[in-house]
Amino acid sequence: MKIVVLIKQVPDTAEERILDPATGRLDREASDAVIDEITERALELALSVKDGDKSTEVVVATMGPKEALKSIRKALSMGADSGIHVLDDGLAGADLVVTASVLAAALRDTGADLFIAGNESTDGRAGMLPAMIAEHLGLPLLGSLVAADISAQSVSGQRATEAGTQDVSAAYPAIVTVTERFAEARFPNFKGILGAKRKPVSTLSAAELGDTGQISSSVLEVSQRPPRTAGAKITDDGNAAAQLVDFLASRRLI
Amino acid sequence: MFDLTEDQVSIVEMVADFATENIAPHAAAWDRDHHFPVDVLAQAGELGMGGIYVREESGGSGMSRLDAALIFEELSKADPTIAAYISIHNMVAWMIDKFGNDEQHAAWLPGLCSMESLGSYCLTEPGAGSDAAALSTRAVLDGEHYVLNGTKQFISGAGSSGVYLVMARTADTGSAGITAFIVPDGTEGLSFGALEAKMGWNAQPTRQVVMEDVRIPVGNRLGEEGTGFGIAMKGLNGGRVNIGACSIGGGQAALDKSIAYLKEREAFGKPLISQQALLFAIADMEIELETARTMIWRAADALERGTKDTVRLCAMAKRVATDAGFNAANTALQLHGGYGYLSEYGIEKIVRDLRVHQILEGSNEIMRLIVGRLAVER
Ligand SMILES: Cc1cc2nc3c(=O)[nH]c(=O)nc-3n(C[C@H](O)[C@H](O)[C@H](O)COP(=O)(O)OP(=O)(O)OC[C@H]3O[C@@H](n4cnc5c(N)ncnc54)[C@H](O)[C@@H]3O)c2cc1C
Repeated sequence: MKIVVLIKQVPDTAEERILDPATGRLDREASDAVIDEITERALELALSVKDGDKSTEVVVATMGPKEALKSIRKALSMGADSGIHVLDDGLAGADLVVTASVLAAALRDTGADLFIAGNESTDGRAGMLPAMIAEHLGLPLLGSLVAADISAQSVSGQRATEAGTQDVSAAYPAIVTVTERFAEARFPNFKGILGAKRKPVSTLSAAELGDTGQISSSVLEVSQRPPRTAGAKITDDGNAAAQLVDFLASRRLI
Repeated sequence: MFDLTEDQVSIVEMVADFATENIAPHAAAWDRDHHFPVDVLAQAGELGMGGIYVREESGGSGMSRLDAALIFEELSKADPTIAAYISIHNMVAWMIDKFGNDEQHAAWLPGLCSMESLGSYCLTEPGAGSDAAALSTRAVLDGEHYVLNGTKQFISGAGSSGVYLVMARTADTGSAGITAFIVPDGTEGLSFGALEAKMGWNAQPTRQVVMEDVRIPVGNRLGEEGTGFGIAMKGLNGGRVNIGACSIGGGQAALDKSIAYLKEREAFGKPLISQQALLFAIADMEIELETARTMIWRAADALERGTKDTVRLCAMAKRVATDAGFNAANTALQLHGGYGYLSEYGIEKIVRDLRVHQILEGSNEIMRLIVGRLAVER
């Protein structure tokens, strides 16, 4: 079986993340770049399939600047077999529509049985990309799973909704997206780290993919989140509980 | 030589992640409860830390001595006790890889490299510490077996290890009469003393190893008769570099905590860091640790290449690094004032843990003895 995992390089959530007010884009210098934790869990899922069946081929794919190669190497050191890096300066600032169509072009001929992505990322977050890629490639999408069972013939899983649990399944090829409920990623071992350089990474530009899609949305303005204001204080004169309930209800928290 | 390669940067990053997640959060509790976390050691083994410089064909990670020093420094930032135990374990695994035959490699190294089986290095005796060549544990050949009798003192990992590498006397010819043996746990006649109560290093056991008519097959002899002292000393060259690296890691952690603390703590109307006397203390810690690190890297390089001055450089590096690490930790305690004396701040544990690095793997007096003798013989 061949599994392609979509990984995304994001600023480390443990550090301060900064948007450049001039461009509205991420200031990549401001924090360390790491593999998005959810896509790391996606990779872990793929690697756990490989643990059980060594013939499984795991490919990681990402679109991102030159530094994103570091994340690909990290994934290779954890156990992925090869990488696909969509790298094109023309794609800087790409919106969802362009990203989805370029990534879909890169994934189309991989011959993968299964694509695994995170349900959303920890930086710019729309949670739409996997669905858009599924649409481009005409594949079934099992989104936002909390558990998955990947067998030789098909993939099935569970999705938690507000009303209950859905059991979903699809024959290959298919796309699944995982949530934070999946296992944390493993550490790469020394052999993995030292062997990662010898694993192949293909670098593809938008032109090579025959997709030089126009970026049709742009950020007009970025403004700083206003500083926190002092919260409301409830003094308990006998009906604090009721006030608390009202407060939560008015914010639709209960 | 002074720039890490991309691979080394990745290795340090991984070890730091592992240590931050799986060791640091528990270090204080392990110290308090005297808990030896063999499960976490097995995780470290899975990542390749059980045989860092054991050759790949023997099941090790096949990395360099400098890689090892970087790894031990990083582990020790989280917990000097665990880092130091892993360093002793690696010394044992390397000795078997280097001086063992194919059967011994196949029998012992897979378990040691994965750290499913732990190793103990058994040289010191109640009556022979610094003067290790005076050891009196006996090994007598009896047909296809050796019979061992004697007591080893201060043995790290004892009681939990699977493999005891024992230096014993096969002839009354001083250091030339010493032979190395592999004694597996569970051998009849092998027993352990009570857990020693110690100042630090509480997360790893220290016990006597007692041998009463312990019979082991001749095939468990490492190298030829009479080569044991040389094997033990060669193991210690690496041990000294690694324990030095552990001291630097502990000292660096203490320094980092001190910088953060002095920036935050205010007295006399401003942060303490603006007191030049304290800034200078920070500068001296930084200078001494970096000097020691440079020395450790140089010794690791000599060891890797097997240069003529390996013994001298390893001894120097051990003396410099274990003193620098302890001094930095002790200064850090002072800089934290009363809070440094409280367990909660994590500084006093570093002081307690690093103190013993100046005593073991050859005390720092013995390091001076080695360096001094070589200096005047030149
Ligand atoms: C926690 C702990 C763990 C240990 N783990 C191990 C282990 O796993 N395996 C193992 O084999 N050993 C281990 N040791 C033993 C350690 O290596 C010895 O304690 C050390 O070698 C010193 O020996 P000693 O304690 O007998 O002191 P002694 O040799 O009696 O020395 C006492 C003092 O005299 C000094 N001294 C001795 N001779 C000279 C000299 N010629 N010139 C100047 N000064 C001298 C010493 O430096 C020391 O300060 C451990 C010790 C401790 C405390």
